[in-house]
Amino acid sequence: MQTTVDLLKKGQKGIITEFNLDNVPLKLIEMGCMEGHVVELVQIAPWGDPLYLDINGTHLAIRKETASNIKIELINF
Amino acid sequence: MSKSNLKVALIGNPNTGKTSLFNQLTGLNQQVGNYPGITVERKVGYCNLNSTTKATIIDLPGTYSLNASSLDENVVIELLLNKTDKDYPDVVVVVAEVENIKRNLLLFTQIKDLEIPVVLAINMADQMKLKGITLDIELLEKEFKTKIALISSRDGSGLNVLKEHILNYKELSTSPCLNASEIDLTYFENLKRIYPDQQLYKLWLVITQDANFGNLDKTTLENQSFVKSKVELKKLQHKETIKRYQYINSVLNIGKKTDLKNAKDIRIKLDRILTHKFWGYFIFFGILMLLFQSIFDWASIPMDFIDQQFAFYSSWISENLPAGKLTDLVSQGIIPGIGGIVIFIPQIAFLFFFLSLLEESGYMSRVVFLMDKSMRRFGLSGKSVVPLISGTACAIPAIMATRNIENWKERLITILVTPFTTCSARLPVYSILIDIIIPDKELFGFIHLKGLTLMFMYLIGFVTAILSALALNKILQFKTKSFFVVEMPNYKIPFYKNVVINVIGKTKSFVFGAGKIIISISIILWFLASYGPADTFNAAEEIITKETINQNLSESDLQNKIASYKLESSYIGIIGKTIEPAIKPLGYDWKIGIGIVASFAAREVFVGTMATIYSVGNKSDEISTIKQRMKSEVNPITGKSIYNFASGISLLLFYAFAMQCMSTVAIVKKETNSWKWPLIQFFFMSGFAYIIALIAYQILK
Repeated sequence: MQTTVDLLKKGQKGIITEFNLDNVPLKLIEMGCMEGHVVELVQIAPWGDPLYLDINGTHLAIRKETASNIKIELINF
Repeated sequence: MSKSNLKVALIGNPNTGKTSLFNQLTGLNQQVGNYPGITVERKVGYCNLNSTTKATIIDLPGTYSLNASSLDENVVIELLLNKTDKDYPDVVVVVAEVENIKRNLLLFTQIKDLEIPVVLAINMADQMKLKGITLDIELLEKEFKTKIALISSRDGSGLNVLKEHILNYKELSTSPCLNASEIDLTYFENLKRIYPDQQLYKLWLVITQDANFGNLDKTTLENQSFVKSKVELKKLQHKETIKRYQYINSVLNIGKKTDLKNAKDIRIKLDRILTHKFWGYFIFFGILMLLFQSIFDWASIPMDFIDQQFAFYSSWISENLPAGKLTDLVSQGIIPGIGGIVIFIPQIAFLFFFLSLLEESGYMSRVVFLMDKSMRRFGLSGKSVVPLISGTACAIPAIMATRNIENWKERLITILVTPFTTCSARLPVYSILIDIIIPDKELFGFIHLKGLTLMFMYLIGFVTAILSALALNKILQFKTKSFFVVEMPNYKIPFYKNVVINVIGKTKSFVFGAGKIIISISIILWFLASYGPADTFNAAEEIITKETINQNLSESDLQNKIASYKLESSYIGIIGKTIEPAIKPLGYDWKIGIGIVASFAAREVFVGTMATIYSVGNKSDEISTIKQRMKSEVNPITGKSIYNFASGISLLLFYAFAMQCMSTVAIVKKETNSWKWPLIQFFFMSGFAYIIALIAYQILK
């Protein structure tokens, strides 16, 4: 199922399929956010933002706004 | 015996233990300075590789790649592109870490493309078993065309292997791991045709960022017809990154095995508590309370001791050295001046100690994560928390710490409001004033009124910072993208060596940095207070004796009268008297006025200035601290204390808000790259301070 990272629930995983290059900083790509890599939502900050992710083994936090630009294919388990 | 010297550069991602490795290799044998013209820290240390070879080790700022997005990262690229730089390394050590090796290797492959000899140090090797990771070193060495050292920067294991590899750097292959030009063959072939003598990857780096090297600068490249737009370049960088990851993944798929059965991770458990809706904030505020407790309370013990020691030295010197101008200069100018700095050491050390614990443990990232949403309401970023907390030590490193805020508007607002937080330079001013004007009473039998006032001053600083941020957020109309990326590193028990070296280094540079200003100002003030126009200053004795001839004064009263007349007619007295009308509505006399004027160089000068002013001409034999002298100061007309409740509160508020620190002005200029922001900041803060102090005095008097 297609969705975006900001819509993930805690513990859910997806494979990155596509993102809008204009709205994603290069630094995030360098940290492993790219097509084919698995992303997991680890934790959501108290007021619903930012999101704590595990992308390809790298743990990082980004804001929802950026996360909504990253399209993923949900992994069912 | 002279040793041959190798230049080694340490490069790596943040949180890989690069600095721990640097500390392990060099110990305290290191120097911290700045790169010329910019405020990025330049750390250099020395280490013996064997009996005949020494290494000069440069610890470069942490970076995720060679695509610079900040001043710090730019330093790395500028150095690697410039063979004529005096720091240009013979060999680069890329520091990677077992768990995040995939990401760390991205930078490694980029540096490899520059055809510089590279050694790969894989850190935290002692954790491999715990995490269930095994690495096929032989295979990795072959694939990555390098030498690998498995090290632990914590217990120092593997350092001998690393040193060995560094020594044999000439045997390292300098060929790239992969062919990055495949991302756009025609483009790169064009480049090669035009600049046949240049190394291709260097060209690419120069094109994609604001770096220059050698005789080839960016503008000549931009004049070429095949130039690409920013969007196209970013697309290519994206492609390049994917290509590198594909390569790294393919190698690690064979060379790295993870047995998840053996993997244990406390990260998840700790994160659940530390970023919890309730417990997360509870723990954060608890830590802040502990931090302030240590500064207010624990630090006061050594501080009182230092204060008394310096009062003792001053009087010892004036009693035991031959009387004269030079003795006066030492006992009344230099010693009180030095005392004004030394007294800072306990507080600064406590602050830096706590801050480095928070950084080292990985907890600071969780605070950033926890606070981002709430800070954004005020136009700040979660990353603004770090500068705002560091600001309680000193605004200068705090403003430098804003560099990792990606969003320019959030960064600018953070820079502009950080000087409102109560820095340690305000602390001696606060503590001396509070001691004088607040009664030594307890509220409900256990809350110290003095401590409460001090706490309140910190609160005022923080609230003002937040409210100004809110106002600035409304006023400044920038359109920026809200980028925010923060790595959440693994939790680590802070490594004692890093903490100790950090605390010593930071305290030292603060004390010497501030020390220079304070001592020179103290000496200037002493001269201004000890000399004056001949007709009034030198004739003071005559004038006063004549005036009081009928009053039958005792010898010591007469001497005191002469001394105070002398001070009033000295150069500093003249300056003070001139500005007195402007500060009188705030409840200050001309002596405080001098303190305030001198404080515009740096706030902490105030106490030293008061010390110098009240020391000059003080002939009494008893040992008295600055505090006692200020307390006994009375207004000659009304007979009331100069430092009364109203003027004291007014003075406290003035110091809370005024921008009295030239170094901060200078750093804001550097970081914002214009005079506009520091000037706005300076006039707004100082004007605001004047108005608030005026209102406070007029209400309370």
